[in-house]
Amino acid sequence: MATTHDMIFRTLADPTRRAIFERLCRQGEQTVGALTAQAGVSQPAVSKHLGVLKEAGLVRDRHEGRQTHYSAQVKALAPLVDWTRDMAGFWESRFDDLEVLLKRMDQ
Amino acid sequence: MNEVPAGTRSVIVEREIPFAPERIWRALTQPHLIAEWLMKNDFKPVVDHRFDMSAEWGGVACRVRTVEPNRTLSYTWDTKDLESVVTWTLTPTNAGTRLRMEQVGFRTDQEPYYRGATVGWKRYLATLEEVLSRLD
Repeated sequence: MATTHDMIFRTLADPTRRAIFERLCRQGEQTVGALTAQAGVSQPAVSKHLGVLKEAGLVRDRHEGRQTHYSAQVKALAPLVDWTRDMAGFWESRFDDLEVLLKRMDQ
Repeated sequence: MNEVPAGTRSVIVEREIPFAPERIWRALTQPHLIAEWLMKNDFKPVVDHRFDMSAEWGGVACRVRTVEPNRTLSYTWDTKDLESVVTWTLTPTNAGTRLRMEQVGFRTDQEPYYRGATVGWKRYLATLEEVLSRLD
């Protein structure tokens, strides 16, 4: 679905947010504090980015005491790597162009 | 999606087109016409003829497998990450032709296939993929 693609692309378009996501992919589960230490932005900013990532299904949170731990949801990227759907979209648009051509071809 | 063996995928696009099979066949087999709706190419309707398709996003290496004028055309369709076969089937109808395209593919390795991503995103996804590949 284009909307899923759009959401993932939009979510990862921000470099800071993308860096947070990549760090979670590389280093596994992290607390907001640990992420803030490396992010170069304030903790509220990191929390806001994590909220957007969570909404897109790219991260999951887990509460433990007063700490919130975040982990990457790699499966959320599956829509981007499904070539079946990508190819179907490719061929649908080729069919559109083919029909346009057929209309103006000489008999 | 149809059941297919593991690692194999199939894409089917089918349309009713208000033109005779002969006209569609020309658009499917004449290089200058193919270029107008698909990609630049050096196609010839000859079994085993090897040809290339090219677009801004890359190229496709092809080899003709089946040529039955006005009925069936099939060629291999290989890119860096994908080996596949594209088969066109033309069936006359009262209103024109039912045109069916089936692409059956095999991933050549474990790398995700990123065709649908726009060019700018391809590079980013490649980086991301590198990250993901280190997770296991």
